[in-house]
Amino acid sequence: MDKNIKAIISDPMVDNNPITKQILGICSALAVTVKMEQAVVMSLALAFVLICSNVIISLLRKNIPGKIRIIVQLTVIASLVILIDELLKAYLYDISKQLSVFVALIITNCIIMGRAEAFAMQNNIKDAMYDGLGNAVGYGAILIIVSIFRELLGSGTLFNYSVIPSSIYLENGGWYVNNGLMLLAPGAFIILGLIVWVQRSYTKYVED
Amino acid sequence: MELLEHYLSLATKTIFIENILLSYFLGMCSFLAISKKIEASIGLGFAVIFVSGVTVPLNWAIKEYLLNEGALTWVGISELATVDLSFLSFVTYIATIAAMVQLVEMLLDKFSPVLYNSLGIFLPLIAVNCSILGASLFMDERGYDFGESAVFGVSSGAGFALAIVSMAAIRFKLKYSNIPDGLKGLGITMILTGLLSMAYLSFSGINL
Repeated sequence: MDKNIKAIISDPMVDNNPITKQILGICSALAVTVKMEQAVVMSLALAFVLICSNVIISLLRKNIPGKIRIIVQLTVIASLVILIDELLKAYLYDISKQLSVFVALIITNCIIMGRAEAFAMQNNIKDAMYDGLGNAVGYGAILIIVSIFRELLGSGTLFNYSVIPSSIYLENGGWYVNNGLMLLAPGAFIILGLIVWVQRSYTKYVED
Repeated sequence: MELLEHYLSLATKTIFIENILLSYFLGMCSFLAISKKIEASIGLGFAVIFVSGVTVPLNWAIKEYLLNEGALTWVGISELATVDLSFLSFVTYIATIAAMVQLVEMLLDKFSPVLYNSLGIFLPLIAVNCSILGASLFMDERGYDFGESAVFGVSSGAGFALAIVSMAAIRFKLKYSNIPDGLKGLGITMILTGLLSMAYLSFSGINL
């Protein structure tokens, strides 16, 4: 693999992470991270849409008139999202019910529009595909990290398997209680804020 | 009178208890980017109230008279009565929203150039603001009728406006505080949003 492609893939994973650096796609990162299962399914769905939309838009980039490009991009993205939504409803019905409107909201996920606008419109198909892959991985990584914390601290499980021994729970005579706040909205905001802090201390990025 | 009461309680619930931003995480991208400035936040807040107040009932009408199974009976052609176009809902919702945003942009450009300039790039981005599409999707999922969807649209926009303006006020004060480098910008804003959303949790359980 040549250096350029490597840079395109690895850059959005740490240094230019779509969530913590570019501030894109935060809505879904917070909403679907109560359980790891949901986070994994959501990351896969987003990866599919992001890679396909980057490829299609890069394919069409010379034929899209500048003035109506947003609506063309939205149509491409919305069609892909309909596809993935129908697939999830057919094969993973329970999870698709839990994700509710958030699968449909991939349409307005800023990562996809942002990458289409900033990268796919100017670059060739191969680079656009790798850019989609890199950003999808960067997004998925943050989603999974947030969901590990929220599921572990909020319900004491990981992938629905309980990892905290049941004997230390308060109702079984121990001292431990799950932190219910983690399952609610504030927990998500605070965990993501702290992750941003850790990531930015590592990359030494300072926002002014 | 009873109807008015019902609408009032729906509005209170949507603005305070189930605030679209603080408990459903929708519209985070523009929330984080715009809440740096108070004037722009107020402008964006009103733009969101207007756009979602118009698009939610409009999308309700489109769903009811064009997309749902049997919705096309009013045309009078018997073959059309059994057509179910509901799988097209995502594309039509987003197209309605994009068209409305274009309209608002032209109106603002004509009547309030100051506001138009201060909103800058973020006006076209309302089209991909999750809170607007999210409001239409919630309308669909919860099966509101016309009156309810109009009230829901306006009040979910109002909830967004309230959250973004209060956040802008907090960030204005934040200018004078000493924040660790890595936490500047996104990190501290997320944590503050968490605290704000915790404050809104205290509204839960209120029944009108």
